[in-house]
Amino acid sequence: MRFEGTQDYVATDDLKVAVNAAVTLRRPLLVKGEPGTGKTVLAHEIARALNAPLIEWHVKSTTRAIQGLYEYDAVARLRDGQLGDPRVHDISNYIRKGKLWEAFTAPTLPVLLIDEIDKADIEFPNDLLQELDRMEFHVYETGETVKAHERPVVVITSNNEKELPDAFLRRCFFHYIAFPDRATMEKIVEVHFPGIQKILVGKALDLFYDVRDVPGLKKKPSTSELIDWLKLLLHEDMPMEVLAEKDIRKAIPPLHGALLKNEADVMLFEQLAFLARRQGS
Amino acid sequence: MFISFLDALRKAGIPASPKEHLALLEALDAEVIGQSPEEFYYLARAIYVKDEGLLDRFDQVFATVFKGVIGEPTPEGEIPEDWLKAVTEKFLTPEEMEAIKSLGSWDEIMETLKKRLEEQQGRHQGGNKWIGTGGTSPFGNGGYNPEGVRIGGESRHKRAIKVWEKREFRNLDNSIELGTRNIKVALRRLRRFARTGAADELDLDATIAGTARKGYLDINMRPERRNAVKLLLFLDVGGSMDPFIKLCEELFSAATAEFKHLEFFYFHNCVYEGVWKDNRRRFQERTPTWDVLHKFGHDYKLLFVGDAQMSPYEITHPGGSVEHNNPEAGGVWLQRMTGVYASAAWLNPVPEAQWGYSQSTRLIREIMGDRMFPLTLQGLDEAARSLSRKR
Repeated sequence: MRFEGTQDYVATDDLKVAVNAAVTLRRPLLVKGEPGTGKTVLAHEIARALNAPLIEWHVKSTTRAIQGLYEYDAVARLRDGQLGDPRVHDISNYIRKGKLWEAFTAPTLPVLLIDEIDKADIEFPNDLLQELDRMEFHVYETGETVKAHERPVVVITSNNEKELPDAFLRRCFFHYIAFPDRATMEKIVEVHFPGIQKILVGKALDLFYDVRDVPGLKKKPSTSELIDWLKLLLHEDMPMEVLAEKDIRKAIPPLHGALLKNEADVMLFEQLAFLARRQGS
Repeated sequence: MFISFLDALRKAGIPASPKEHLALLEALDAEVIGQSPEEFYYLARAIYVKDEGLLDRFDQVFATVFKGVIGEPTPEGEIPEDWLKAVTEKFLTPEEMEAIKSLGSWDEIMETLKKRLEEQQGRHQGGNKWIGTGGTSPFGNGGYNPEGVRIGGESRHKRAIKVWEKREFRNLDNSIELGTRNIKVALRRLRRFARTGAADELDLDATIAGTARKGYLDINMRPERRNAVKLLLFLDVGGSMDPFIKLCEELFSAATAEFKHLEFFYFHNCVYEGVWKDNRRRFQERTPTWDVLHKFGHDYKLLFVGDAQMSPYEITHPGGSVEHNNPEAGGVWLQRMTGVYASAAWLNPVPEAQWGYSQSTRLIREIMGDRMFPLTLQGLDEAARSLSRKR
């Protein structure tokens, strides 16, 4: 069982090693990287490559660790109690399983994605230490212990908004998805748009890396933005000449809305173009 | 095995522990990787490094520890003719192959390439003849000669430079780069959530407890959790701060996006009896500093941004200001402000190594109680930590 990337996902060598190490030793894999470099997609692709079901747990600022284990629906039980429903006598009727429970007891080995763990409270990762380490937890309401018969593959993504505690990090393997270089980027484009004209891609990539190199950008466009942009270019059937204007300082790239997501950045480009025109005349 | 590597990592400030070390040995035992040094490097990196800011440091340690163990890449042995052809055809279009004729015939080039590979000893960087990296010779990797024959990439033992020697992650090192996003992330450390305001959220636990106690459904509400940190930002403008305008702009835009309770004022060199909010009207619309001290409660956190480089008289003597005749010395005002706001810090865009050479910097640092931090990501982080510490 080795992860070699899939037909839809280009994995670099270091990523492959990190994933395979995490899968083999069944340690959680912590993935960081610029937004839009495919952190979440990675979990999907690992699940596909291993032919395993994917259980996704999207973390929000209000998510608490216990919600991943189970939730005790006290309100429903209270209501049933007042209505005289016989279900009320069995407390397990009101225990709702969380994603971790689901992953621990899944019939086939699953891949568990804990997405954007840094969004949650600072205590969140600490509260999951034991559960992720030993892959078991205790349900106080019913007194049972849920234990994974096989340790699931766990992928955790982080956008670096909060620092994760050391004790948590020690238990993980770490991979930082660096921004792809040009050769890798060409492969990625090829995977998403097979048979796209080489020249178009070449020119688009030139423009794209130029845009990324402009100093002072608030949000640099990333891989997913490039893919969207290419999709738009193809859809609009842009004539090749539009991309021919090499210098991004002279003209704002066509359909820039897909690349620049911040009005300050668009303004910056307009100013650059304006300055270039004035210097030219 | 690899104990000295662990030691070297710890010495370089990478928080590696025996737990990681055992994980590495376990992974090697489980044969996660093959025999190649690259894979070993990737594996060790995935296990030991947990922060992209430390990747570059790891690369350096790895390079020194395994120097000599993992040999320098020297091309050796015969290079089969068809291998050369295959590699070249892979990277050259027919037009470029035509263009190569400017350098001589196809066979000639291949002959030269072969000869140079045999002649060359050791790694080579730059220059215009040898095969290596960054040069202008037609052969090698990452060079400028458009007709160059690329060597390396796919084939491992011909690679001109090791992965860890490239130091790709240099600009992620947390003592260097500072972008808006990074600043925001660092400022987020200051977040302190508190429940204040209107009670508009169901407090389930209190409801259950209340209902159990009273015997009927007792609904309890509570206010939503919000970031309750309040920040007073004082920015030095003009003069010696001009080289740092971009940096301060970034800090400012990040801070305004991150905090709901943010008040900012400008000053020049040192804080005196008046500060201002609009630089164009700095002489017309001044806010008396006393008003600031009275208006904003002591739970605000005070943050100065400035280079702290001025004449020492500005801090120590009345009338020392370069702009006006100030009745009280700058130092008096600084002390007054740090007295009101217990959590205070000074961010200095000047590199820390130069602080000792400026008397005014030393003076201000003393007044701030040593809470002066460089305006780097790490410094910002430390400043945020210092600000959020309870006093």
